[in-house]
Amino acid sequence: MFVLFCPHCREKREEEEFGYGGEAFRVRPAAPEAVDDEAWGDYLFMRNNPKGWHWELWTHTTGCRKFFVVKRNTATNAIAGSWTLAEGRNVYDAEGGAG
Amino acid sequence: MKKDYSFWSLFAKGLKYNEGWDPAWRSATPKPSYDVVIVGAGGHGLATAYYLAKDHGIRDIAVIEKGYLGGGNTARNTTIVRSNYLWDEAALLYEHALKLWEGLTEDLNFNVMFSQRGVFNLGHTLQDMRDIERRVNANNLNGIDAVVLDAHEVKRRIPILNTSKAARYPVLGASFQPRGGIARHDAVAWGFARAASKHGVDIIENCEVTGMDIANGRMAGLETTRGLIRSERVGCVASGHSSVLAKMAGLRMPIESHPLQAFVSESMKPVLDTVVMSNAVHGYASQSDKGELVIGAGIDHATSYTQRGSPHIIEQTAAAIIELFPIFSRVRMNRQWGGIVDTTPDACPIISKTKVKGLYFNCGWGTGGFKATPGSGNVFAYTIAKDEPHPLNKAFSLDRFSTGHLIDEHGAAGVAH
Repeated sequence: MFVLFCPHCREKREEEEFGYGGEAFRVRPAAPEAVDDEAWGDYLFMRNNPKGWHWELWTHTTGCRKFFVVKRNTATNAIAGSWTLAEGRNVYDAEGGAG
Repeated sequence: MKKDYSFWSLFAKGLKYNEGWDPAWRSATPKPSYDVVIVGAGGHGLATAYYLAKDHGIRDIAVIEKGYLGGGNTARNTTIVRSNYLWDEAALLYEHALKLWEGLTEDLNFNVMFSQRGVFNLGHTLQDMRDIERRVNANNLNGIDAVVLDAHEVKRRIPILNTSKAARYPVLGASFQPRGGIARHDAVAWGFARAASKHGVDIIENCEVTGMDIANGRMAGLETTRGLIRSERVGCVASGHSSVLAKMAGLRMPIESHPLQAFVSESMKPVLDTVVMSNAVHGYASQSDKGELVIGAGIDHATSYTQRGSPHIIEQTAAAIIELFPIFSRVRMNRQWGGIVDTTPDACPIISKTKVKGLYFNCGWGTGGFKATPGSGNVFAYTIAKDEPHPLNKAFSLDRFSTGHLIDEHGAAGVAH
């Protein structure tokens, strides 16, 4: 059971209030019809699934219903922090992408 | 070690207080190189090594394991075996496994305690029942035994099941596969290990892969915590850690690793002589030969490698089981555990060659790999030995995630994910 901080509500709440949205910052190919099947399949199905730090989406289902990003260690369940998507993107980029 | 187990050997050793038994398998130290290396000494990995040795005449094999033999998901599952899957590709693969299960104890000369006590999949809504009829018809067309039972018949066969119309999720009926059942999970790992070891396979525990040596797109060897092991053919059978291994080879997998929990109760007198699964209320239960109720939960929604799930999942599962079996409301639970399952987008496994020549993956079994153990090892051994997929696992290649030929088995997978 995680206790997650919702950056929109600015409150810590239990995991059951949230929905999991999977890997964060996946980018849809700008021109889907221009990429080959492999690149499209990579976008649709392939995941980093790291054992370690993971940027992931959560949505505050029973609260504000907004999405936000969390940086969590999948090997220990330690949580480094939560951010709105825009703030999180800046931190993610400053770290040089996927952990 | 070379001798078969038999009535006479049991009797003779019994007279000597069972003190003269040899170890069931040889614990080996790694040689500098092997013909084939299998990564992961769980049921699937050991089965692969066994069939490589037995069916394909390859004897120079190592099975390396980062922990101890059969200590991962093989030791962490609810041991249900069935083959009532909807689509032809999946049904035929699981049926292949079920047929091997039926002769496995004799084949391995090791009692895997395979008990064909039948598997019920309950339906709680009209749509459930329509799906069940469709699946049973599809099974029958594939030669798989399955029948649709109404609520009255289900109640007759499982008297302790709550089939009251007043239930929140009333039982309207079920599909039933008589040849389904359960097996002793540890015995499966031990039996395959012993049989593989007899064929000369080296089983190396406490040996974790730390890197892959790949030259010009070909497999050359593995860097491990016990030194470099050279091999031009490597089969990865590492369930929840498949993505970690794939990354070492520069590959990406359509896999997310989630904790899946289960728990067992204290031992009780026989009360449930079959296997009951329900997708709608989301729980499944059977009773082991020791008398423990073996209960499976759903996966945690978030990915994790911690082998530890969230308590609210246990609460939901306990609620589901009590909904089905009110009589269990005061049963105490003995143990609870989590395993890391490798889920795929279509709830079907990946048994495949990769872009790296000589590197093969058998993964993505998600929440239901145990039932496939012998079949999985059998077709994966073929894939490695011939460098081409067996007809039964051709459809389970990695390229289905770019061709779009997914095999959507979420309905029959049993555990929602």
